[in-house]
Amino acid sequence: MKNENLYKYILGIADNSLILGQRLGALTGHGPSLETDIACTNISLDLFGQVRSYYQYAAKIKGDDSTEDDIAFLRREREYLNVLLVEQPNTDFAYTIGRQFLFDVYHLLFLTELQKSHDVTLSAIAIKSIKEVSYHQRFSSDWIKRLGDGTEESRIKMQDAINGLWTYTDELFHQTDADKAVVEEKIGVDVTTLKDKYYDTVNAILTEATLDVPESKWFQKGGKKGIHTEHMGYLLSDLQYMQRTYPNMEW
Amino acid sequence: MTLSVVEEIFKMIQTEQNIDKRLHSILEQVSDPEIPVLSIMEMGVVRSAIIKNDVVKVQITPTYSGCPAMDVIGDDIKKALKEAGYNSEIELILAPAWTTDWITPKGRKALEDYGIAAPLNAEADKDVLLNGKRMVKCTNCGSQNTRLVSQFGSTACKAQFQCGDCQEPFDYFKCLK
Repeated sequence: MKNENLYKYILGIADNSLILGQRLGALTGHGPSLETDIACTNISLDLFGQVRSYYQYAAKIKGDDSTEDDIAFLRREREYLNVLLVEQPNTDFAYTIGRQFLFDVYHLLFLTELQKSHDVTLSAIAIKSIKEVSYHQRFSSDWIKRLGDGTEESRIKMQDAINGLWTYTDELFHQTDADKAVVEEKIGVDVTTLKDKYYDTVNAILTEATLDVPESKWFQKGGKKGIHTEHMGYLLSDLQYMQRTYPNMEW
Repeated sequence: MTLSVVEEIFKMIQTEQNIDKRLHSILEQVSDPEIPVLSIMEMGVVRSAIIKNDVVKVQITPTYSGCPAMDVIGDDIKKALKEAGYNSEIELILAPAWTTDWITPKGRKALEDYGIAAPLNAEADKDVLLNGKRMVKCTNCGSQNTRLVSQFGSTACKAQFQCGDCQEPFDYFKCLK
């Protein structure tokens, strides 16, 4: 492969959206209300659309016969480079919204920077996606406020969700070797520079939602290196089922 | 001609669409599969169509990244051009990114007639939700006494509204800039 760092870098970005999209897609017909059900699956659709653009580009860089579908469906667990945050399960709606919110704030900051990439394809995908992702963040932020500043019960659930997910936020700002290489080439985003702004934004919205900002300084990591939580295997067995059972199947 | 129409036309000129005159009427017959009253030309998704060595090269851009209609639109364009005697190649481009500003005045009218409120501005649905502003007009009775039911609707490009007067639920085409 000509540019393995760029390939891995693109997977790192795209896998986040693929895995979160898969989680949200699983809510089809299972959302707490029709509107939230449609919202989660619409966000899933946006993310899958973005993923296709990234994987098509990655397949081109890989340069063999691989297609976007091969990259999406036929890798092993350790080859997926998404952060641990996005693979966390749909336990309840507060948790789903908390996961979405903590990712959306990052995603929007990330795409804002990626727009300036010297790689024209990545820049174009970022410019396209950012319009969709700003809408996602608006949706999830509104729900954080609605649940946090809602009933006694909804506040407890929202706070529990944020407390439980907080441990996965720091990994968003870890740099892999591939990251460092593409940042050097002015293609990639230096995620370490996004951290302060991320926590400023998140903390402000949590505070507005009358929620407490978690104080724990102990964080989980591993996803970016392919070492995932126990939830990932189950998710992949769902995601890959059709391609594994009927190799090369097409619609 | 109102000022807003002038602005619309000005914006359209700015976006550098490059359509061969001979192809215009053929492409206009291809409609958006999810909003059949709207042609893809009125929608602004065709960015260029040129004839090179007897092959038509068409560039289209998606409204939303995940728009499942794009594959169908590509196939429909090929079919329409084939019937007119042209072979064609379709290319999907992402830049410059599509915006609702590219929907033509004729397209906006077609949307309204079909029962989908045309996009206003980027903050319209937020204003409706958070500031109680009433700016989206009911497509059934014209009342501005409407409320946002859901930020997401039946397709990626729409939000759900309901009229407080005639009670009709309707789609609002989300503004994308």
